[in-house]
Amino acid sequence: MSELHQLSLTDLAQQLRGKKISATETAQHFLGRMRAHQDLAAFLAVDEEATLAQARAADAALAAGGAGPLAGVPIAHKDIFVTKDFPSTAGSKMLAGYRSPFDATVVRRLAEAGTVTLGKLSCDEFAMGSANESVAVPAVGHGAPAPVRNPWDRSRTPGGSSGGSAAAVAARLAPAASGTDTGGSIRQPAAFCGITGIKPTYGRASRYGMIAYASSLDQAGPMARSAQDCALLLSALCGPDLDRDSTSLDVPAEDFSRSLNDRLDGLRIGIPKEFFGAGLADDVRTAIDAALKEYEKLGARLVEISLPRTELAIPVYYIIAPAEASSNLSRFDGVKFGHRAGQYGDLLDMYKRTRAEGFGDEVKRRIMVGTYVLSHGYYDAYYLQAQKIRRMIADDFQQAFKNCDVVAGPVAPTVAWQLGDKAEDPVAAYLADIYTLSASLAGLPGMSVPCGFGANDMPVGLQLIGNYLQEGKLLNVAHRLQQATDFHLRTPEGY
Amino acid sequence: MSAPKLVQGYEVVIGFETHAQLSTESKIFSRAPTAFGAEPNTQACAVDLALPGTLPVMNRGAVERAIRLGLTIGSTIAPRSIFARKNYFYPDLPKGYQISQFEIPVVQGGEVSFFLGDEKKSVRLVRAHLEEDAGKSLHEDFIGQSGIDLNRAGTPLLEIVTEPDIRSSEEAVAYAKELHKIVTWIGICDGNMQEGSFRCDANVSVRKPGQPLGTRREIKNLNSFKFMQQAIDFEVRWQIEQIEDGHAIQQATVLFDPDTGETRSMRTKEDAADYRYFPDPDLPPLVIEPAWIERVRGELPELPRAMAARFVADYGLPEYDATTLTQSKAMAAYFEAVAQACKQPKLASNWIMGEVSRRLNARELAIELAPVSAAQLAALITRIADGTISNNAGKQVFDALWSGEGQDIDALIEAKGLKQMSDSGALEKIIDEVIAANPDNVAQFKAGKDKAFNALVGQVMKASKGKANPQQVNDLLRSKLA
Repeated sequence: MSELHQLSLTDLAQQLRGKKISATETAQHFLGRMRAHQDLAAFLAVDEEATLAQARAADAALAAGGAGPLAGVPIAHKDIFVTKDFPSTAGSKMLAGYRSPFDATVVRRLAEAGTVTLGKLSCDEFAMGSANESVAVPAVGHGAPAPVRNPWDRSRTPGGSSGGSAAAVAARLAPAASGTDTGGSIRQPAAFCGITGIKPTYGRASRYGMIAYASSLDQAGPMARSAQDCALLLSALCGPDLDRDSTSLDVPAEDFSRSLNDRLDGLRIGIPKEFFGAGLADDVRTAIDAALKEYEKLGARLVEISLPRTELAIPVYYIIAPAEASSNLSRFDGVKFGHRAGQYGDLLDMYKRTRAEGFGDEVKRRIMVGTYVLSHGYYDAYYLQAQKIRRMIADDFQQAFKNCDVVAGPVAPTVAWQLGDKAEDPVAAYLADIYTLSASLAGLPGMSVPCGFGANDMPVGLQLIGNYLQEGKLLNVAHRLQQATDFHLRTPEGY
Repeated sequence: MSAPKLVQGYEVVIGFETHAQLSTESKIFSRAPTAFGAEPNTQACAVDLALPGTLPVMNRGAVERAIRLGLTIGSTIAPRSIFARKNYFYPDLPKGYQISQFEIPVVQGGEVSFFLGDEKKSVRLVRAHLEEDAGKSLHEDFIGQSGIDLNRAGTPLLEIVTEPDIRSSEEAVAYAKELHKIVTWIGICDGNMQEGSFRCDANVSVRKPGQPLGTRREIKNLNSFKFMQQAIDFEVRWQIEQIEDGHAIQQATVLFDPDTGETRSMRTKEDAADYRYFPDPDLPPLVIEPAWIERVRGELPELPRAMAARFVADYGLPEYDATTLTQSKAMAAYFEAVAQACKQPKLASNWIMGEVSRRLNARELAIELAPVSAAQLAALITRIADGTISNNAGKQVFDALWSGEGQDIDALIEAKGLKQMSDSGALEKIIDEVIAANPDNVAQFKAGKDKAFNALVGQVMKASKGKANPQQVNDLLRSKLA
């Protein structure tokens, strides 16, 4: 047997159920890896006792029979999900040390399926960012806030905002992680770290217990090594949560593994020409083209389509998301929980100091943009206009899906960049979100599948976008590629 | 409509905003209970505290109550309405925004009608929208600090907004009382004004007749009908004084101080916050299917106006009586119980609107707490109607019942010796004696002076110690003097 951390989650789950290994020894193994690779700064919180207690419970359930399908499988959660057993900070000083009295629905569902939580993973502050550089609380083993490092090249970003999740899975510190995606925060880091991640249809996964960034866009999803692993996890974490989340879809959970092996003969893959314009780096283009050729070999047909408002997705997203964020983050006022300034005069001064100290620059920037676009006199020109274009973007996809079954293209214009490269130029970072924002605005499921390596041997991700509730189809299309290629199995050197 | 009453040559223009707390068991967006008076922060769950990760889920019971009001006052129930966020910072507002309907409210239009004296008035509604209440800041109990009680946070409110159709403080109070009656009648609000379940804000302005609307000032949180009238009267006088002195009225929010009887400005328009309203992305549009509306319609109780019409038709009551008796469900039920038991609806109405109401008002009692039961009042009225006792004697019995002197009507009549003289022989004897003793009056009556007859009746009544039946005395006396 190869080392535990080299096993896929699917295999690991099988071995646990077959009692070939115990949940406790599995947890101990991964905790050991986490300790050995603290330099990646992937984890914001660990609690070995809490993890081992969950593992022992999983072993007991396995021994008693009737354990869940993921019994004993270790998983780590993006620190956007609130958890009872670990602090929940959203990567912000505002919530340093915050303990939630309840578990997020996604965390609870996975736990009910038997998973054991390894800890909480780093992310951009309040999930705002695409390089994981805005995290404002120290990682485990670090005295000060530190950006997560990409295991393929530790001088590069793992992407964001689910950078800790992507880096941990890529470095085999966890077989899988949860992530959240508002404008690409699962897909882009998955692409940058060479792993597989899926953002389901908006409303498929409950948002209850996800610390809100942009409510109409936020969506949880799994990040793992393969589509097969993602299918197992997605089947466990999706499902209606109507009593807790009003935007939860009343669609029963599915077994997303069922259709993984469906043949792709006759599958029409839509290639949006706007995703292959001048902004796309050659190395990424080459890897994507190779993947598309592979699909043709598998029997699929490539169809050119148009998503004419692709570029507009950037301003639309950067109006709507900050608008919602500016309101969602109002609750962090120093009154009830979280950070409160140590010294202040009157109430207004308390608010000002608390928020000035508690929030980082990127969060403040988005709160200010959001406040501006919702202000009297600007609302119609910005927010309302953005909502109209958002609907048109969704319509463009429906138009496209008349001629294709899935849409394929790059996740990001380039491979992972050097840490610090775009830190001083937020707009440059925003522009790099161009290919992921449209699916988020339309509420469509999207995923990232490793499809090769570009410049400096950095991984490239292929983006697949499906129509509403077509997660099963996406996972099937991804899985077939992973049957024909081995990019998803490659491990960065030293891990 | 008659010409509006002017105050010093000015027309008063009032619009109302009423916050009716909806009588749901749990909050509008969480499952925490809404009961009043619990220890601070014991009825606030994670959602009410706005803990990270929490989300609102609409309480359908609150929507149903809004539909009930809409159907009662002839409004349109919006098939699709939107919840928005009203953003502002305040310590007792946990999320930093209030969820409230802004652009598209659930209840649109409608009309509240009522009597002001004999005149029927109507006030048009603009809308009624659902929203959540904030918590409470407690400034008294903590030296140098404020306490926050979030028990009330998330309590469902229906804000009911009128057109500026009201033209006097009396009309304002009459409107508020009518609305209060409606919301309690249809069971959507307990109407408890002390506990803040029914809070009124009055937008008041004045103008010379025919002029455009004046600048309004909003008097906040009028939580008793008495203060409402005082506050509006003061505000109207103050505004007229300002204008007469050559000052323009500044749009402002004011508070009424019951101790001084004055209103004073809390904030002016310049301080008005930009609430940055936008549709709440956590709540999909509220969709109300016609079937839901029809189900609610089918469950509505008989409404005051329909009940009053029935009282006129079935019991032959004058419209005024019928309207007065349908001021509250309990009052109407009391009347029906009495009327059906004694078969004397008009007498029942007179007694309830007279003796019963007078005593209830004096002690500020609700009719549910009246010491005289409907059955007792019916028995009493029966004894008056069948001539056993006089109306005046009836009041003595009623007093005795009210003060708890006894329970049984006949026993009380017996004990107090109030039975009317039914033996006509004895009465004739008294009448003969009175005629003999008052020849002057007899002569005057025969000369055509009716007053003299009344004097004779009085003498007979006195001689019978009030036990004679006045009608019988009348008849006998007339026949003897004929």
